[in-house]
Amino acid sequence: MSATTMRMREALNEALREEMERDESVFLMGEDIGVFEGAFKVTQGLMKRFGERRVRDTPISENTIVGAGVGAAMAGLRPVVELMTVNFSLLAFDQIINHAAAIPYMFNGQVRVPMVIRMPGGGGHQLGPTHSHSFEAMYLQIPGMLVACPSTAADGKGLLKAAIRDDNPVIFVEHETLYGMRGEVPDDPDHVLDFGRCAVRREGDDVTIVGILKMAHEAERAAEALAEEHGIEAEVIDPRTLRPLDLDTILESVRKTNRAVIVEEGWPHGGVGANLAALIQEQAFDHLDAPVQRVTGADVPMPYSKRLEQSAIPHPEHVVSAALNATVGAS
Amino acid sequence: MADKDDTSEVRTPAGVLTSSRGQALPDPDTSRELLRQMVLIRRFEEEAGRQYQRAKAGGFLHLAIGEEATIVGTTSVMEPGDYLIGTYRTHGHAIARGTDPRNVMAELFGREDGTARGRGGSMHIFDGDRRFMGGYGIVGGNLPIAAGLALASDYKGTDDVTVCMFGDGATNTGNFGETINLAALWDLPVVFLVENNLYGMGTAIERHSAVTDLSHKAEGLGVPGERVDGQDVVAMRECVADHLEIARRERRPTLVEAFTYRYRGHSAADPEVYRDKQEVEEWQRRDPIEIFSRRLIDAGAISEDELAGIREGIDAQVVAAVEFADASPEPPLDSLYDNLYVMPGEQEGWYAVDERTPDPFRGEREREAAADSRVRELHEAGASYGGQSPRSGGGSGEGPATERDAPADRAGARDEGEPDPPAGDEQVEESRQQGPGGIE
Ligand SMILES: Cc1ncc(C[n+]2csc(CCOP(=O)(O)OP(=O)(O)O)c2C)c(N)n1
Ligand SMILES: [Mg+2]
Repeated sequence: MSATTMRMREALNEALREEMERDESVFLMGEDIGVFEGAFKVTQGLMKRFGERRVRDTPISENTIVGAGVGAAMAGLRPVVELMTVNFSLLAFDQIINHAAAIPYMFNGQVRVPMVIRMPGGGGHQLGPTHSHSFEAMYLQIPGMLVACPSTAADGKGLLKAAIRDDNPVIFVEHETLYGMRGEVPDDPDHVLDFGRCAVRREGDDVTIVGILKMAHEAERAAEALAEEHGIEAEVIDPRTLRPLDLDTILESVRKTNRAVIVEEGWPHGGVGANLAALIQEQAFDHLDAPVQRVTGADVPMPYSKRLEQSAIPHPEHVVSAALNATVGAS
Repeated sequence: MADKDDTSEVRTPAGVLTSSRGQALPDPDTSRELLRQMVLIRRFEEEAGRQYQRAKAGGFLHLAIGEEATIVGTTSVMEPGDYLIGTYRTHGHAIARGTDPRNVMAELFGREDGTARGRGGSMHIFDGDRRFMGGYGIVGGNLPIAAGLALASDYKGTDDVTVCMFGDGATNTGNFGETINLAALWDLPVVFLVENNLYGMGTAIERHSAVTDLSHKAEGLGVPGERVDGQDVVAMRECVADHLEIARRERRPTLVEAFTYRYRGHSAADPEVYRDKQEVEEWQRRDPIEIFSRRLIDAGAISEDELAGIREGIDAQVVAAVEFADASPEPPLDSLYDNLYVMPGEQEGWYAVDERTPDPFRGEREREAAADSRVRELHEAGASYGGQSPRSGGGSGEGPATERDAPADRAGARDEGEPDPPAGDEQVEESRQQGPGGIE
């Protein structure tokens, strides 16, 4: 099958454009997505292509934008809302949790909320304590929500198209650092990925490393270092969606390697890793030769100083160290 | 006394602004001080922009160039005990409140001597001693806090008042409506001051607010407003003084809508596709510093020589601020957890734990115990992605940091000595060279 190399932001842009062409009920709302073409340029060219009816610049009113999306979705449209960063999504927590996620259940399935809420997050750009966080774990916690967190351009496009076609509300987490990253993206206009399917990025027998978003890439780099410097073969898994979660693939890997390391950029308490570690020990306790290791962002609001910030973000060294704890340390 | 220049008609999205404010010049000493502060802010911001291009300052950089009269007019009539709270565009607000520009610059550099020891950066300046209660990165986030500051003044029976400054875009946040109502309901001594620069990022006010006369926007909720020329420092001063008086004596909130303009992009990375050059030039003809210095010269309150002297002194002050910032050390890595919690004495329980603190972090002693060599090594390994080990200062301010190529892509954001990204790791490389490509 033919493929084109493009950046993550272009892949997401294509997904939006193709789905808007395919389905008249798909429309976009967000701050500075139209005339300004998006704070991160994901919506570049879309207002020109589709006009102001379908690409709507909004005031700075996160909760109301999401809420308007909920209402439009209940009335049969398929809104895609862009929140400029995950930190600003906190202002919309009410509409996301009390409304979008609850409504289908609360009204006994009489109405659906087929909407996508996109938001980029992550640190590394010295944006300080109000602009740099990773809230996958918080969104993962909400029953009724789907959560996608793509790490490659192909997955970005395939998952965004799937999210738009899905009848559930979807939190679509993007990573600011990955927007410029290039990857091969299938040309197939129906390149739609299933939610709930891990990608196994690298096979290995010694330790399972699970990483999401930017940390999926750091996990791969750590795996290379482990092989080269320590003769340890890691299996690297990118869950791609956290709800639904392809736990089976992860458990299968852990049953083979008997060791697991989970890498995320977010905070350690109640994190993605905390959740996954609990699931792994519940489901595969007898197969574990070492405690499940978590590698997380530091347990602080993100500092601005470049060195402090970098010290608060996981790097391959941290992953290698955790993998060694689980392997060498355990034997 | 020279009259106001009546060619400086203020056209706004909601019609021509008519106001008789700002006829009488303050006394010469006060006037010169107003001018000095505006020039200082201008020069500081220009230099901050330059240091950002040289990658000495990081993150996003929002400059207030063009908005100096709005800032200085306001702070110049505040009492030392009054509270000021603002946005992510507040280097100048802190300086106008009396914060040493050296410490503001050091914050932009992320250094020990910064206003928040490098924790907050450009968007989060703070100086409690001068009752500058912070710049905030979340649009609208400072409004409820302003109500709380004013509540505390009331509660304690002081006559301190709070000035809350925010942008036109912020008037669309839920926080605006909710705070306005609360302040009116509880008769809180706040002056809400909208810095209406006609844009929220790249969205013009007509495209983001149904009501473009923002002086009326809070009226239905119980807070009356007044429109004023934010490029005229004398008009600003007079107007804000009256509103402060209402807050202080009558204990009730009011709103001031100041018309101003930012001459630079929203942040340093903004290519400004959403407005035309002509509009910018039109507003540049209403440069607050030019207008005021011309007026002072015409009135004989200052001579050309004195003006040149002021500018020279400020040039030196700003150069010194850069040198100071550059010489200030990086914050030590083991300060990462400082001030996360207040911990009097011995505390039970795990406050925080991660791979940098493998032992539960319960207090100072435990943290020292935890700072063993392996943890330190990992901590340092992470930090090294942000450049070299802490320097005890490095230089002249003319250091060799790579220039950023173009504001639009914040290219070349790389410090001296930053390790090259590993070969083939496009993701990290892109992020270093370009940043996220974000313009927020
Ligand atoms: C809650 C929230 N939403 C969005 C943003 C992104 N953002 C930063 S500044 C800005 C525009 C604000 O415009 P305005 O209030 O007019 O202030 P100005 O920048 O013009 O001073 C936006 C949308 C933010 N920081 N916080
Ligand atoms: Mg504005």
